[in-house]
Amino acid sequence: MTRLSLLLVVFAALALVPLVVTSEFWLNVCVLTLFSALIGQAWNILGGYAGQFSFGHALFFGVGAYTVAALQVRLGVNPWIGLVLGGALGAAVAVAVGWLTFRYGLRGSYFALVTLAFAEVFRILANSIPWLGAGEGMMIKLAAGPGMLQFKNLANYYWLLLAMTLACFLAVWWLDRSRLGARMLAVRDNEDAAAAIGVDAFAVKLQAMALSGLFMGLAGVFYAQRYLYLDPGLAFGPTESVEALLVAIVGGIGSLFGPLLGAIVLHALSEAAQAALGGLPGANMVIYGTVLVLMVLFLPRGLASLFRQRPQPVEPPDA
Amino acid sequence: MLELRHLSKTFGGLRAVDDVSLTLAEGSIAALIGPNGAGKTTLFALMTGFHPPSGGSVHFLGHDVTGEKPFRIARAGMVRTFQIVQPFAGQTVRENIAVGAHLHIADRAAALAKAEEVARRVGLADRLDRDAADLTVAGRKRLEVARALATEPKLLLLDEVMAGLNPSEIRDVIPVIRAIRDSGITILLIEHVMQAVMELGERAWVLNQGRLIAEGAPRALAADPVVIEAYLGQGMARRLAKGRGDA
Ligand SMILES: Nc1ncnc2c1ncn2[C@@H]1O[C@H](COP(=O)(O)OP(=O)(O)O)[C@@H](O)[C@H]1O
Ligand SMILES: [Mg+2]
Repeated sequence: MTRLSLLLVVFAALALVPLVVTSEFWLNVCVLTLFSALIGQAWNILGGYAGQFSFGHALFFGVGAYTVAALQVRLGVNPWIGLVLGGALGAAVAVAVGWLTFRYGLRGSYFALVTLAFAEVFRILANSIPWLGAGEGMMIKLAAGPGMLQFKNLANYYWLLLAMTLACFLAVWWLDRSRLGARMLAVRDNEDAAAAIGVDAFAVKLQAMALSGLFMGLAGVFYAQRYLYLDPGLAFGPTESVEALLVAIVGGIGSLFGPLLGAIVLHALSEAAQAALGGLPGANMVIYGTVLVLMVLFLPRGLASLFRQRPQPVEPPDA
Repeated sequence: MLELRHLSKTFGGLRAVDDVSLTLAEGSIAALIGPNGAGKTTLFALMTGFHPPSGGSVHFLGHDVTGEKPFRIARAGMVRTFQIVQPFAGQTVRENIAVGAHLHIADRAAALAKAEEVARRVGLADRLDRDAADLTVAGRKRLEVARALATEPKLLLLDEVMAGLNPSEIRDVIPVIRAIRDSGITILLIEHVMQAVMELGERAWVLNQGRLIAEGAPRALAADPVVIEAYLGQGMARRLAKGRGDA
């Protein structure tokens, strides 16, 4: 089975979940898991493929969320247009951040810290701009219906999210068999060696930022439409940044299915812990931290590496 | 095809490359030799944009490429290898070479096919699906050459691709390099292995303490007292000559 057919079969199976899972609680767990897979995969494009670890991915998520919310609330723009603009603006802000940081040669932990700082700057800005609701945040008017990108039924939200996630996974599947993807891996593994054989590392990293920012932006749009409420902490705080990188690292960075595996395992663990500890506050974070440490120690290439022989099999060229 | 004019590079107070001028003709194999620390690798780095020169200029195919970014110089057709090999570890030999092939080939399958062809040319065809990190020293050196070769360069700069190889491995590599030249690629190589320089080089420059001290046919250079002194130290040429005279 090719990776594409495997991917499509997995997503076809995932599409059936709302037909099987009738409990609102468990369907919500599925939505959260899928959401993690989406932002984990978005992070994976930049971190796993292009090798640029971001600690502030909530930035692009928040930009998407605020875009769709502000356009609706302040200007009455339809959220479907907001969806497109949210993704586009997520990508644009990512490219701008990349342009500013990569231009000055920031790599590794410096890049990570700068992304963290940018997210924080946006949080503070959102906090102080009245048009964006400042500290009180923004409430999107309830108007259920597909035309307004709002649904009474959680299953519809699930399918909307599934479509976004599928798009993101297809983008990564495409990367695996494209020149851009090969160049990202080259830049990740050795930027000088890549440059010596003609790879424009700066351009490659900006393209990775754009793709990554696009899908974080879409995730933000989903979040805003799902909860119909947004504030600076929710949008730009560290929660989504940590979740995105945790899911990708646990799942296996630089792999197509890693973020899905990571999301499933982390949410399963988290639900099990909730059940066992009865909702002890902070239990999630302890579990996540422990899992991350164990992964880094014993399975640094993530869960996906369990399913993959070394060396990584190469798809035979079709030609 | 390549002209260096008064090229210099200082690191702090150290003059690593000092007023180097040379002209390299198309279609030849030339060698750059000199003792360790002479500035050979630095000279390659200046030519390919990895270091900005402190003075002078680099002209390639009639264009001034001084201070251009490395990837632009590679796209123009001047590609270097690294003395300290830099494989994309965790990727296979095939994938490593394909990155080079992608310089002019957008299609993934075509680039992978090209990688296979290049691997055959440098003798890596039996290791295409190995992780680059698992190669021996000799294998990694070949991989450096293969990745550069896959970009279809006009001028290939090889930095000590035979260092660390045993004599039989060296014997295997020499025809590979000659075949690359025969395919129409000009080659400038940095080499310590004098056997290789003698066999391959049509012309050689000797660099010592950043300066060019001699230029000519490799065989003539090996007998040049100035060159011998650079390698073996002050007064050595005289003592050697005297020794020969006494015998
Ligand atoms: N990036 C650098 N910073 C400081 N000094 C350097 C750097 N690169 C090389 N050098 C120094 O420049 C001199 C020439 O080095 P190099 O070009 O590597 O010599 P070679 O390749 O001929 O052995 C050496 O003394 C080396 O220590
Ligand atoms: Mg050197």
